[in-house]
Amino acid sequence: MERREEVSRRPWYQEYLKGLWEENPIFRMLLGMCPTLAVTTSALNGLSMGLATTFVLTSTSLVVSIIRKLVPGQVRIATFTVIIATFVTVADLFLKAKFPAISKALGPYVPLIVVNCFILGRQEVFASKNPTGRSILDALGVGSGFIFALTLLGSIRELLGSGEVFGHEVIPGWHPWVVMILPAGAFLTLGFLVAAMNAIERTK
Amino acid sequence: MEGRLVVAVSPHIRAEMDTRKVMMGVLISLVPGIVAGVWFFRWHALVLLASCLAGTLSAEASACILRKKPSTLGDLSAAVTGVLLAMVLPPTLPFWAAFLGGVVAVGVGKQVFGGLGQNIFNPALVGRAFLMAAFPVLMTTWVAPGPEAVTVATPLALMKFDHKATPLLDLLVGKVGGCMGETSALALLIGGLFLVLKGYADWRIPLSYLGTVAVLGAIPWAFRPDLYPSPMFHLLAGGLMLGAWFMATDPVTTPVTKVGRYMFGIGAGVLVVVIRLWGGLPEGVMYSILLMNAVTPLIDRYTVPVPFGGKR
Repeated sequence: MERREEVSRRPWYQEYLKGLWEENPIFRMLLGMCPTLAVTTSALNGLSMGLATTFVLTSTSLVVSIIRKLVPGQVRIATFTVIIATFVTVADLFLKAKFPAISKALGPYVPLIVVNCFILGRQEVFASKNPTGRSILDALGVGSGFIFALTLLGSIRELLGSGEVFGHEVIPGWHPWVVMILPAGAFLTLGFLVAAMNAIERTK
Repeated sequence: MEGRLVVAVSPHIRAEMDTRKVMMGVLISLVPGIVAGVWFFRWHALVLLASCLAGTLSAEASACILRKKPSTLGDLSAAVTGVLLAMVLPPTLPFWAAFLGGVVAVGVGKQVFGGLGQNIFNPALVGRAFLMAAFPVLMTTWVAPGPEAVTVATPLALMKFDHKATPLLDLLVGKVGGCMGETSALALLIGGLFLVLKGYADWRIPLSYLGTVAVLGAIPWAFRPDLYPSPMFHLLAGGLMLGAWFMATDPVTTPVTKVGRYMFGIGAGVLVVVIRLWGGLPEGVMYSILLMNAVTPLIDRYTVPVPFGGKR
């Protein structure tokens, strides 16, 4: 059963830019909340998680867009999942070998990239219907949006939680707000960021 | 003709009571507790009160500006939140932390939900819960009343961790360590009775809340008086008096039906006793009220009164 091709008609640079803002996975679509809330205790953790996820997303989109006409519609989700899992394993083993400290800090959340819903979402919505070049741009755009969101969230939580950003002291003599490192701080920060993004969107 | 003939729909008789009057009544009823707090903790109490009020009032004012709404400072609800928050904080808390607590109480606890009447949780307790999570050490450092700030443990902590009872008279008067406005049970009782007698708060919640704590607290005490505190101790120690009279009676975050209010009080009472006797914390009043706030919409839904002649 051949799935209908719904090729995107945007200008090519829009495929990248839309992921940063209007289809930002965190701030506009609120997808992938598990890593967003769990690992953003520091800016570095957020950035590494963002990079690992972007790698998986881009590689998967590449493969899926290449084989999009060979995959029968009934088994497409299973196929996407297997491809995602393959690249997650690559990312997990790479982090373990080269950056053991980061791998330890991210803990089980690197293998859990498999279940990150916007990766599967991009395959279903975009890569399985569009040519390879556009799919890569789309994946890179959404991935960049994810990196931006996680690094911002991590920076704010690290700044308020310890007075540092990326391990560098920003506010000397800061009295740490322990709550910002705890899960409650993630929910509070995310809520305020989404509210701020909505407020900016409304003034447009 | 206009102005002389006024035809309006019912109700034709308007009550004198409005938000500002009720809040004024709450503020008046808090005076004995504040006086006791200032008497015991001197300038610490005044600094705390001023910082909390500055936090809540500035958050209320800026939220109104941000939301392009007329200022709601006049209804005094932010002032009540500020005073209540100051009363449940340790006297030696730094002024900036108290200010932050005030901002969180009104900003996150109330205005985010849409202002007075929309909030799910008691704003003052949201501020305290935030500070508790943000600064666990500052929030559990207690000083003895008096001019010299000597670090002490609260009566509940002494009971829980050392099985040492504090004389009941000290608890009644308030000459013990604790939050700024919670130590003197007597002063709070006077204020609470004023609140209930004037009709600003429903007596059902404090009655069922305090009653449940006393009854449940008496059961383990009857078997092992050496290990468990007496019901009187339960009633007078910690923040129970303050919570029962002033926080559990917040009309916004508690059930509206009579049955629901009994359920709220009993549920909060059970939680207090469970946390005090078997929980990890010495005191459970804050979390008991916050947890019951969370189930308040559920209680309201299941206790909708049946109109006369109606069917369930």
